[in-house]
Amino acid sequence: MKRLSLLLVVMLVLSTVCGLAIAAPKTIKVGIVNLPPEESGYRQANVEDMNQVFSKANGYDAKQTNTADNSEQMAAAMGYIRDGVDYLLISAANASGWDDVLLAAKRAGVTVILFDRLIDTDPSNYQAALVSDMYYEGQLATDWVLANVQAPRNVILIRGQLGSAAEVGRSAPLLKAEAEGKLNIVWDGTGGDTWSLEEARRVVEAAIAAGKDFNVIYAQNDGMAQGACQALEAAGIRFGKNGKVKIIGFDFNRFALRNVQAGYWDADVQCNPRMATQIDQWIKSGNIPKGIVYQKEIILDTKTITDDHIAKYGINPDPGRGVITR
Amino acid sequence: MPRLKARFDRLSHLFLPLSVLVILLLINLIKGADYFKITMVNRVLYGNIPNILFGASELVILSIGMTLVTAAARGQDISIGESGAISSAIFVQYVLNAGEVTIWTILVGLLISCVAGIVIGAFNGTLVSFFNVQPMVATLILFLGGRSIAFIIDGKVSPILANPISNQIGTVIKGVPIQTPIILTAVFIVIVSVVLKVTNLRLYVEAVGINPNTARLNGINPKRVIFLTFLLMGICSAVAGFIAVNKVGRHDSVNLLKFIMMDAILAVALGGNSLSGGKFSITGSIIGAYTIEVLNRTLLRLEVNPEAIKAFKAVFIIILMVLASPVVRVYAKKVMDKAKAFVAGKAARQTGRLKKAVVSITDSSVKKEE
Repeated sequence: MKRLSLLLVVMLVLSTVCGLAIAAPKTIKVGIVNLPPEESGYRQANVEDMNQVFSKANGYDAKQTNTADNSEQMAAAMGYIRDGVDYLLISAANASGWDDVLLAAKRAGVTVILFDRLIDTDPSNYQAALVSDMYYEGQLATDWVLANVQAPRNVILIRGQLGSAAEVGRSAPLLKAEAEGKLNIVWDGTGGDTWSLEEARRVVEAAIAAGKDFNVIYAQNDGMAQGACQALEAAGIRFGKNGKVKIIGFDFNRFALRNVQAGYWDADVQCNPRMATQIDQWIKSGNIPKGIVYQKEIILDTKTITDDHIAKYGINPDPGRGVITR
Repeated sequence: MPRLKARFDRLSHLFLPLSVLVILLLINLIKGADYFKITMVNRVLYGNIPNILFGASELVILSIGMTLVTAAARGQDISIGESGAISSAIFVQYVLNAGEVTIWTILVGLLISCVAGIVIGAFNGTLVSFFNVQPMVATLILFLGGRSIAFIIDGKVSPILANPISNQIGTVIKGVPIQTPIILTAVFIVIVSVVLKVTNLRLYVEAVGINPNTARLNGINPKRVIFLTFLLMGICSAVAGFIAVNKVGRHDSVNLLKFIMMDAILAVALGGNSLSGGKFSITGSIIGAYTIEVLNRTLLRLEVNPEAIKAFKAVFIIILMVLASPVVRVYAKKVMDKAKAFVAGKAARQTGRLKKAVVSITDSSVKKEE
């Protein structure tokens, strides 16, 4: 038995080596222009995922530039086009000003795939774009509120950086539901440009001081949801699974998912940073769709969440089962 | 009487920051009379005032350091948020690698992070005092690079500090009716005031800030004093970072204490301190820091639209700063003097003919000016 398994292992290794040796001459050259991993936990997971999938072992010769400077990003993209890459993957720091780069890529016959962030340009200038649909994420959360909280639904909305794609998309379905009379937004605040926990805490404290009656907190990222909970806890207001106020966060940080699992929060909406596998499939199959493709994302609440979800879809470190991050 | 007057003169520089704070508090009171109401929630004091004290704790500590740096170096340290992010990252790493977390782990961690803060302060201080780099330019280096350093120390994630002691430092210790960050801030303020009382720090810093050459001729080494203020700034950043990270319960190198230097500089200015160095008032800066916190919350209380909240804050600050500017102050003093002279003149006219000549002189001069 031992010998058999050894044989199997040897065969496996040999076949991989042979496979690599055969695959080696036709590696796919890819240039990746991305934002720096220190931007956020989301970006860190995104960059890590890109590195993992677009590796030598996977048949790619990938070069990567991570910078938050739009002009540096463009210079890097131009460099990759000159180097003669087959595919150019871009997550732009700034949505405008990319036309020259995209035209140069077109002329050089480089296939451009946008990921995570869209660019303001004619759709014919790139092949495909794989992004998160912020509106859909907001819709998931709003639908959850409508299905799980009985009327009157009085919501505190805590927005992210005003005008950002995430803020606009995640606010819209809730505002639409209010316009249709399905819920009331009793307090409308923002965590500011840094999606700040402290600012979110102040917003909720102000709402409490103003004597507002509310039973839902709709915070557009996990940090702000945490800040809101700190304010509630200090004020002695019960929230979560057995409390009066329902807490919803966004982004699938693992600490947030553990809070949901423990019933400390109620729900969290995914914002998936792991796009590389999908793009890899497109490239390998040669069947790249045209235009904008939205990722399928999910919402998890206290009933649906499992350890598997947390391990597979979460970002940032896992505090461990049963640990609550207050 | 003269004693009282001397004391009043000494406190007169606090008139300005206090008046700004009082105006804001009045606005809040008009909005709702229950503004100062404090209740007990789970045996802890709760209300607007505890919330303000809690929210401003990091800013207060940082504005103390910023006051010293501003006074001596005649410039500002803009890397305080980053410095706090780095030193608290080191604190978190120490605690996470220490195994079982006891109060000693936390204290040793705080000590280590203070040392890290001092190292960062020494870096900034060396550039400023020994290489004569402008403070804002010298600290720009860490302002730009600091968060990347913190991110690497964090192991490229945002580690979680989920232990009961950290939680108690960030919220309340069982049995104590006041939130811990408020207590820590008070302790810090007491330590600073004791240090200023028993050492010559204030004298040296003010001497260097007013004129470094004169200070040098009088046997004070301006370079050393400026260097020292940056070291103290480093300690302030480390303590602020410690409080901030325990409040949040995880280390988010991207957002921890982000852009707080703006508010700290503003607190120094609102405190009636000159941003070009010299005489300083820590009390003023502390009041300034609380004023900023009150301002932030006032805008929320007035239910300013979130889109407009920044514009409102800017307008408020402009009005406050113009009121606080020396030009307005000199003008206000002139008006006051005139009014005093006018009143004195009237009183003198009624008291007899002997002083009549004098009165007519002052009277006419007042009229001329008018």
